[in-house]
Parts: sequence; structure tokens; C-alpha cells
Amino acid sequence: MSTIDVPLKNGGFGSTRRTDNWWIEPLVVFFCYLAFIVYSNWAVFQAKDYHYVGNGADYLSPMYSPMLTEEGPVAASGLTTAPGPAPSFWPRFIPFSPAMLILVFPLAFRFSCYYYRGAYYKAWWLDPVSCAVGEPRKKYLGEKYFPLIVQNLHRYALYFAIIFIALLAYDGWKSLWFTAPGADLDSPRHFGVGLGSLILILNPILLSLYTFGCHSLRHLVGGRKDVMSDNSTRKKCYDCVSGLNKKHMMWAWISMFYVGFVDLYVRMCSSGAWHDLRIL
Amino acid sequence: MSDSVATEKALPSSAIFRIWRGGNGGGGFVDYNTPISSGMVVLDAVHGIQANDANDMAVRWNCKAGKCGSCSAEINGKPRLMCMTRLNTLDLTVPVTVEPMKTFPHVKDLVTDVSWNYAVKKKIQKFTPRKPDAADGTWRVQQADVDRPQEFRKCIECFLCQDVCHVLRDHNLHDEFIGPRFLIYTAQLEMNPIDAADRIPDLKDSCGIGYCNITKCCTKVCPEEIHITDNAIIPLKERVVDRYFDPIARLFGGGK
Ligand code: SF4
Ligand code: SF4
Ligand code: FES
Ligand code: FES
Repeated sequence: MSTIDVPLKNGGFGSTRRTDNWWIEPLVVFFCYLAFIVYSNWAVFQAKDYHYVGNGADYLSPMYSPMLTEEGPVAASGLTTAPGPAPSFWPRFIPFSPAMLILVFPLAFRFSCYYYRGAYYKAWWLDPVSCAVGEPRKKYLGEKYFPLIVQNLHRYALYFAIIFIALLAYDGWKSLWFTAPGADLDSPRHFGVGLGSLILILNPILLSLYTFGCHSLRHLVGGRKDVMSDNSTRKKCYDCVSGLNKKHMMWAWISMFYVGFVDLYVRMCSSGAWHDLRIL
Repeated sequence: MSDSVATEKALPSSAIFRIWRGGNGGGGFVDYNTPISSGMVVLDAVHGIQANDANDMAVRWNCKAGKCGSCSAEINGKPRLMCMTRLNTLDLTVPVTVEPMKTFPHVKDLVTDVSWNYAVKKKIQKFTPRKPDAADGTWRVQQADVDRPQEFRKCIECFLCQDVCHVLRDHNLHDEFIGPRFLIYTAQLEMNPIDAADRIPDLKDSCGIGYCNITKCCTKVCPEEIHITDNAIIPLKERVVDRYFDPIARLFGGGK
């Protein structure tokens, strides 16, 4: 508590003299996150239809990449492969999905991202729900103490996120190679382009625009130095990251929903609900 | 008729201002109906009321140009400069509330005592130049390296960011947190290529940078449009991480 005497009587949650619709933004953010959380949970627990192999294609859902389990045989529909068995260390009473082991990394990255932090502290934690609007709780620890002090390790999540961009770029590359329709999965492949290939290739690009605008990266490539002008490569990297950083929020949203969309596309094609359009 | 006049929203001939009156935190709102005309800002209306209806109303101002940082108040609940808030941006069909900043001790009417800020500033380690680069006692710096600190020098010390920051406003942590204004001030010194002092331990401890949860209200209210959170607070948080939280960076000296 402060020794200076301030007049404000903490008016309680939602108290404000603001006359604009300040509650719209946190509400929209709240529901957008909720929508993504609900969809990704649903997608994780499906644990099937994540690898489309119909028409000789090879599209892997980003939520299930890299392929962790041994792949089962091609399903009777010819559109997808059967999910592999759970690894031996997995406790039997928990339903297994390879996506669980994969999604912890992007989840940790986005959870500890400076933009997301600011946004969900407002929309989910109401701390504050909006600027100059009263808060529900008196006690406040911020990021100074446990648990949120852990957010300081964001840069480690960044290192993994960069690896994932490489993995997803590889998936994009693989989506350009097709077998003859109905042929064995490891029979020779030739170059081709399906709508799914374009969708899969755009994914690591959007993720890069988000990831390479990261505040921690901005610090690591140059921001930590007081003098950057003595190294033109460093200065250029810093300026690039700073440029992306200005639009970090926008790329955060676009790339997040796009990952969900790519999963949905692969899933719909695998289940036969949608047909992948072959362009080349 | 020039374009700027033609596009100006037509204002009513008068408007009601609901102004906080009273001293030392006490008091209440009083409504004043006052004549207005196009081009006016809130401070003009307040001056009109002071001249015609309430000669004893206390209001602090100086430049009327958004440069001295004296006329900070809360207009319709938002921390803003009275001299930079044009009436044609407000809804004048309902009373416009004008009240003092809430995060500092109240003195009278629209005036608060912002001296806490001056005390905080004194606690921050002074600019400490490194050894001069040239024999004549001068330094060599590149513009590219002073771009960052120069953004923070635009600050007019209006303390609107301090007023809106929930760590101070809602949680009254004035003794443990220096607030966004002084985080950019620290950044301005820390990022200065000539400065040699080390403020990282203070940032973590006495300045309480960990209390900031990067919710960006300070950035939203800053009349100088300084990117307080993105360009000052987050970069400083990252420097604190180098020193105290990142085991690998610590192996390499923790950003010293
Ligand atoms: S971003 Fe930090 S300093 Fe700025 S208002 Fe929010 S909590 Fe306060
Ligand atoms: S940083 Fe901006 S809002 Fe804060 S005191 Fe300076 S000018 Fe005012
Ligand atoms: S700050 Fe958003 S990804 Fe690092
Ligand atoms: S009177 Fe100087 S900033 Fe408003």
C-alpha cells in the first residue's frame, strides 16, 4: 500500500466515468480466444483425420506436425491414414493425441507473448478490463512474483517456435509432391499443386510474420545493445524485426486463426466432406 | 468558406460541463451551462466558466498548446489534456464530465498534487557519461543510436500515463512502482550510448518493472504518442531478463 494519500476510492469492478463502449474490445477478444480454444481442443481430441492422402496428396495438419507416431495404414476411404498407436510411456487412462505433445510448444509461445499477455490480462483476468475502469480484485502481484514471473522465459518458447516454422515449411514443401492417385504412400512422387498445397505453404509464412516480430527477438537481434550502428547486419535485423513488431498484434490474430483454418481444411478433406482442388 | 470550416461539425451554441468542485478529495460535480463556439477545446470552456460562473475554480494550465503538460484531467472518464481535447470530438448532447486525475492527491477542483512524480524522478540514477571519446572532452555518437532515447525525450510530463496505469490507479503501489513515465525516463538513460550507469538492478527491485503487465493503457493516453510499452517498457523487461532470469544469457554476462 502506498504512503501517498490518493483520493480514489476503488469503486469496484467496472466503475468508470467513461462514456464510450469500452467493454466491446475485451468482449471481442474474450470470445475470439474462447473460439480458438474450443476449436483446438476439439481438434486435438479428434486424434484422426489429420493427414490427407487422397488423390496422391500429402497434407499434414499443423496441429499434428511433426508426425510423432508411426503412421497406420491408409483408411478404406483412401483419403487419410489411420492414427498410429500411443507411445508406450503414455498412461492408458488418458486418451492419446499426438497433438497434445505438439501443441504445448506453440501454446507456451503464444501464452507468454507480450501482446497476448497484455490482451488476456485484460479480457480474461480483468486486470484491468479496460483503461480507467475499476478492477474486480484488490490484490495485485503483476509479473513481479510467482506465477507470472515465469513469463520472463518467453524467449525460450521463441526458440521452439522458430523450429516449428521450419517443420511447417517442410510440410508445405511436401504438400507439393504427389503420388499417382491410389498408389502406395512411398511410391515415387511428382511435383503438383493443390489448393491444399497453397494453404499449407501460406501457414509458415504467416507464422513467420508473427514470430519474427517478437519483442524478445527484437531484443536479442539488437535491442539489447545501446550502439547498433557499428554493425550494419545487426542494425538491419533490428529494423526488420521492429517493422514486423509494429504489426505484431495483427499477425498474432491472423496467424492463430489461420492455423485453425489449415487444420480444418485438412480435416474436412480427410473426412471426405471437402474435395481438394488440384491446380497443377 | 474554406474546406476545414465546411467539414467542421456544427456545434450547438452552448454545452453543459459537469465539473468536479471541492478540495482535498471531497466535493462533488457541479453542472455549468456555458456558451461555446467552433474551434474551442475543453480548456477554453473551463476558462469561460471560470470567468463567468465560478471565479474561484482552480485549474492548472500554462501553454494551451499541448506542450507544458499542466492541464491534465479526466474528460468523460478518460485521462486527457484539456487544451488538446476539441469540443467537436465530444458528444455535447449530454454533459461533459471534467474531473481531476485520480492517481495523485487532490488539492482543489481540477488541481492535483503531482509532486510524488518529482520525488520518484530523483531516485533514478543520474546520467553518467562514459570517458569522452576525444581529447577535447567530447563524444561521438551516431544518429541511429540516439533515435531510441530521443523518442522518450518528447515526454511533456503531463503524467496522464501515470494517472491511467492501473498499478498506481487501482492498486496504489506508488511506493513500489515508478510508473510508465519513469520507465521511459529510465529507458532514455539506459539506452543512451554515452551513459555508463547500470540501472538494471534498480529496475527489477525499487522501480518494480515486474508490476507492469503490459496492458498498454499508458501508450493509449500519451498525448505525445510515445510507444511507452513497446519501445521502452518491454525492451527494459528484456534487459532485466538477460540479467536475472535467462540462465544462458547469465553465462555470457547477463547483458552487462
Ligand atoms: S502497460 Fe504497464 S506501465 Fe503502462 S499502464 Fe499498463 S501496467 Fe501501467
Ligand atoms: S510519457 Fe506521455 S503520457 Fe506519460 S508523462 Fe510523458 S507525455 Fe505524458
Ligand atoms: S512478443 Fe509476441 S511472440 Fe514474442
Ligand atoms: S496547457 Fe500546456 S499542455 Fe495543456
